[in-house]
Amino acid sequence: MSVSAANTSSRDTGEPIIRATGVGQRFGDRTIFHDVSFEVARGEVFVILGGSGCGKSTLLKLLVGLRAPTEGSIEIDGQEITGPEGEAHLPTVLRQIGVMFQSGALFGSMTLLENVMLPLEMYTDLPPEACQEIARMKLGLVGLGEATGLMPAEISGGMAKRAGIARAMALDPPLLFLDEPSAGLDPITSAGLDRLILDLRQDLGATFVVVTHELASILAIADRCIMLDKTAQGIIATGDPRVLRDTSTQPTVRAFFRREAA
Amino acid sequence: MDSAAKASMDIYQDGVTARLAFAGKLDAEGAGAVWREAMHAAAHARMHELLVDLHHVSTCDMAGAAFLLALEAEHGGVARFIGESSSIDALLDRARKAHRPPPAPVPPARFDPMAMAVAGTKAAAEGIAFIGEAVLAAIHLPSRRRMLRVRDIWRYADQAGVRAIPLIVLMGYLIGLILAFQSAVPMRRFGADIYVANLVAIALLRELGPLLAAVILSGRTGSAFAAEIGTMKVNEEVDALTTMGLDPMTMLVLPRMIAVALVMPAMIIILDFAGLAGMTTVMVGFGFPMETVSIQVKSWVTAGDLIGGLFKGLCFGLAVAAVGCRAGLNTGVGPRAVGLSATAAVVGGIVATIFLDGMFAVVFYRLNL
Repeated sequence: MSVSAANTSSRDTGEPIIRATGVGQRFGDRTIFHDVSFEVARGEVFVILGGSGCGKSTLLKLLVGLRAPTEGSIEIDGQEITGPEGEAHLPTVLRQIGVMFQSGALFGSMTLLENVMLPLEMYTDLPPEACQEIARMKLGLVGLGEATGLMPAEISGGMAKRAGIARAMALDPPLLFLDEPSAGLDPITSAGLDRLILDLRQDLGATFVVVTHELASILAIADRCIMLDKTAQGIIATGDPRVLRDTSTQPTVRAFFRREAA
Repeated sequence: MDSAAKASMDIYQDGVTARLAFAGKLDAEGAGAVWREAMHAAAHARMHELLVDLHHVSTCDMAGAAFLLALEAEHGGVARFIGESSSIDALLDRARKAHRPPPAPVPPARFDPMAMAVAGTKAAAEGIAFIGEAVLAAIHLPSRRRMLRVRDIWRYADQAGVRAIPLIVLMGYLIGLILAFQSAVPMRRFGADIYVANLVAIALLRELGPLLAAVILSGRTGSAFAAEIGTMKVNEEVDALTTMGLDPMTMLVLPRMIAVALVMPAMIIILDFAGLAGMTTVMVGFGFPMETVSIQVKSWVTAGDLIGGLFKGLCFGLAVAAVGCRAGLNTGVGPRAVGLSATAAVVGGIVATIFLDGMFAVVFYRLNL
């Protein structure tokens, strides 16, 4: 898919922006998944899908450096974030990513505007009024232009998720991770968020990695996906979700896309 | 509930076959009414065939199905159900599919001094590592000064110090009052009641002022720090900070520790003065002029007593704040975890304070302070 490269990384060499190789995660004796390998191309909307408890959110935490995998390696924009050198690369990598957590994870003691301003204040030399202006614009982009002065406790779940996206893209990172953006939202708000993701990809040329199990969202936004499975403890399908829906013969994949009980 | 509709059970023994005949409603209430008797009968019939007669059961819900399966399990062999309606049959099928054997019981925790010692050592090592991390964050502060939000420091100082003043004054005054009164009664017998002023002043400035201020800080502020940071952890706000490349130690822990370091000396001085006021009240009540009390205090108390007390209090405050923040950052998953962190912060704060106080007692004694 052709996208603007204006805001993507300067290392635009056709290399994947994410490369995961043989990644595995165990908690004690319990294996969540193993041998998970995939690549994410620049500018695509890549979805990690699967049933509840298959390790989608855990994989996301590995990709953003919140947790170290028990095996395998992860490269973000050519820089390895795992292994002995990972810790040294992580601060640089974190500057290039934005993360929206499932609950929005807005800072409760700050207004929405202050939440979005925080990364700008921390990492740029912009004067406060410029930070405010940019933060207002970002909130306007996600439809929260009128809610800038509200506290996180005063807004709905859907608004919190949108504000979380605004904060994640405050510094215009080339790579955005979204954890369950449409979970628990009504279909209209959920569709609005899907539209927002596609618009931002179009306008900013960003790459999106989205963790979700919402079928409608997956089919609406994903260029490619991987499907994790709890029983297989790993990836059971990779590709365009629409193609998987129509052609996959894997029983769990078919059941997932056809909403059948396993 | 209509008592006639309750379940009833009859037991028939026919050679090698035991028949349990149920009647009425096999719902939660009905099953409950016959549960023990039925299980006893099923266990008793282990050497025989078990027939479960459901001819006269009018209704059966999932509780009833669970009861029938439990009956079968109690018997140990296969029970034969007769006379059940098609709906009960379907319900039993569904219950069988949903049935999972109960997990193996977890053996009760035994008192294991070695395991406790290991856990205690591990906790102490983690505490020391946390202090190390805090020191490292303080060293790196010049390059991360943007992460230290001055506004947050004032907010925490207000929360930990300014809002605690009424409680500090009340506690200090009452402690001074009680201490003076309790010591005056026996000392009067020796005609030494004038020295109550000296005793209370020294005790307050050197020991009780910093100790009480730390205990109040632990109960009010240590727990609040743990709950605040713990809630942030549960709400993934700490993860959000980390993924922004912002150091939680610098953003969350240092401002709180700095705020406590700022307010603790003031809290101790206020508590000391309130305590002296309480003591003076008692002394004046016993007929000593205020000037006499004042001279007694001035002649005995040195600046070293006050400074020593303030230094101790500062260390107590930093320990309480660090323990509270650490408890918050170690919060597990779910709302219960926040409560546990708050409790750990209070207990840990008080234990750390007493431990440090003991160390100071030895050090001050060796240094003749």
